[in-house]
Amino acid sequence: MPAVQLGTVDYAILIVYFCFVLGIGWVLRRYMRSSEDFFLSGRSIPTWIAGLAFLSANLGAQEVIGMAASGAKYGIMTSHFYWVGAIPAMVFVGIFMMPFYYGSRARSVPEYLRLRFDEKTRGFNAITFAVMTVFSSGISMYALAKLLELVLGWNFHTSVVLSAIIVLIYIFLGGLTSAIYNEVLQFFLIVLGFLPLVLLGLKDLGGWDGLTAKLVPVASSAGYDGGAWSHSWRYLDSPGANPMGVEWFGMVMGLGFVLSFGYWCTDFLVVQRAMAAESMLAARRTPLLAAIPKMLFPALVILPGMIAIALHFDRGGLLPLGADGTPNYNMAIPVLLAHYLPSGLLGLGLTALMASFMSGMAGNVTAFNTVWTYDIYQSYIKPGQSDRHYLRMGHAATVFGIIGSVAAAYAATRFNNIMDMLQLVFAFVNAPLFATFLLGMFWRRATGHGAFFGLVTGTVVAALHHGLTLPEGSMPGIKGAYLGTALHMYPSEMAQNFWTAIVAWTACFVATIAISLLTSGNKSDDDLRGLVYSLTPRITDHDLKWYQRPATLGAAVLGMVLVLNIIFW
Amino acid sequence: MNLDLRLPIGWMFSIIGALLTGFGLISDDMIYARSLGINVNLWWGLVLLAFGLVMLGLVARTRRGRPS
Repeated sequence: MPAVQLGTVDYAILIVYFCFVLGIGWVLRRYMRSSEDFFLSGRSIPTWIAGLAFLSANLGAQEVIGMAASGAKYGIMTSHFYWVGAIPAMVFVGIFMMPFYYGSRARSVPEYLRLRFDEKTRGFNAITFAVMTVFSSGISMYALAKLLELVLGWNFHTSVVLSAIIVLIYIFLGGLTSAIYNEVLQFFLIVLGFLPLVLLGLKDLGGWDGLTAKLVPVASSAGYDGGAWSHSWRYLDSPGANPMGVEWFGMVMGLGFVLSFGYWCTDFLVVQRAMAAESMLAARRTPLLAAIPKMLFPALVILPGMIAIALHFDRGGLLPLGADGTPNYNMAIPVLLAHYLPSGLLGLGLTALMASFMSGMAGNVTAFNTVWTYDIYQSYIKPGQSDRHYLRMGHAATVFGIIGSVAAAYAATRFNNIMDMLQLVFAFVNAPLFATFLLGMFWRRATGHGAFFGLVTGTVVAALHHGLTLPEGSMPGIKGAYLGTALHMYPSEMAQNFWTAIVAWTACFVATIAISLLTSGNKSDDDLRGLVYSLTPRITDHDLKWYQRPATLGAAVLGMVLVLNIIFW
Repeated sequence: MNLDLRLPIGWMFSIIGALLTGFGLISDDMIYARSLGINVNLWWGLVLLAFGLVMLGLVARTRRGRPS
């Protein structure tokens, strides 16, 4: 596609945004006195801010560009990532898990694992997580720079260095508080920057009905029933009837239960935002409050993809074509920005896009420096130092976390397959982790050995399953079947992912139970108080009015998401 | 918390909103062909400006309510 020309007003908007981002870091720098201030925001963040940051930390490259791409490729079924996946998981983490995370006073997810299980389980999680965050942040940076190069013709190296320096400065100065505050700023920018795009697209196509009608040829040309792009559940009875190639069981169990619960309940990147909340009540409400805007996000990130593919078919070739002749779905949002927005709003849209990449990066870097400093440095390298020492280490970790991300961004330019491979490995680690947490929080008898070897089993089984299956139309290699033969063919990569997650989770769940029953725990009931459901006093919320209670909010959220599922059935 | 986050949000969106509104008033109508003939800079600029001012208004109300 031709490079888009930015005008003075577009640059002005971009510069205003950068000034505010850096200014927030600058103002907050004098509040960073202890390591708790730097890594946990002194546990003083109000609910609404923690909630929006909880949402925004995850709004990185993968979310905005990836969800729009899936919207174009699979249609509204993509919203299952929200309506079956994220929202129920967020309600679960708020109601059932936050009391343990926040109540245990653990400073990180790996630290909770040490309190509940043992040192090796924590070490395993801390190290894989630290590596994973650096690579995710690098991927975010790479995607941003690649996009700016493609759309604006900006120099790749300049974009990488510039985005790295900005994120570095504001986290270095203001720690987690700065990252959280900027994530909230970015949240509003993303909403207000993308909304005009969606409104113009819908108006152009004749509203939702117009869009649905124009998606019929998209679906029929791919060999599906005409409504396949505009119904989320109707075509889930068999894998062959929908473009994702999954049926309802794989969807609900794989995506909904294992992958989404695994991500939202155990990934420190998001959980850290709730841990920084000012009180137990605020921490419990954080994910619940975040769920309300989250359930409407498909309109902002998936709908543009659907609009782009409808225009692509209707107006002839809007999206650039890849080498194999299929449209490049990743370009859905940039192409729409260039298609509809004049100078002015174009600057706002691009700023929103950059904001999303930066918040993804910053989220990873703040999670990294905490886990590095508390769970690796303080635990294994230099225990027993002064708090000042660890605060300094936090600053240093921010710097080398960013340097590591830049290195990862460059690694991505040279070894695309290695990045795919790494993401796979992380998926193998994350899916079983949710089984470990479920058993850890709700089954007193689960032991450290059980947790550790269960996790390892789950990870190995995930690799085995992936290595012995293949999505249709793929060559053996990174996509699977690297262990020689493909024992089973899946209709799509998505189906293979979901089933890998289900298998890994089940393996970890069963192995952890079996090994726990064979070994004896090293923790007494006293050690486990506040960490395990049956040994922790229930929070009754009697002092709150019924409508103020987290459980009421959680039920309301689930009710709303049920309605959305029915409307777009 | 030590910094009221509504303050920078309010200022940022007021400034960007004012920029867009101003640009919408002086810009050539030609550029709005792609946005279906609507002067989106003017209208969306006003929306952002209103959002920013509401945020600033909330800050001001909190400050008045609290004796200094």
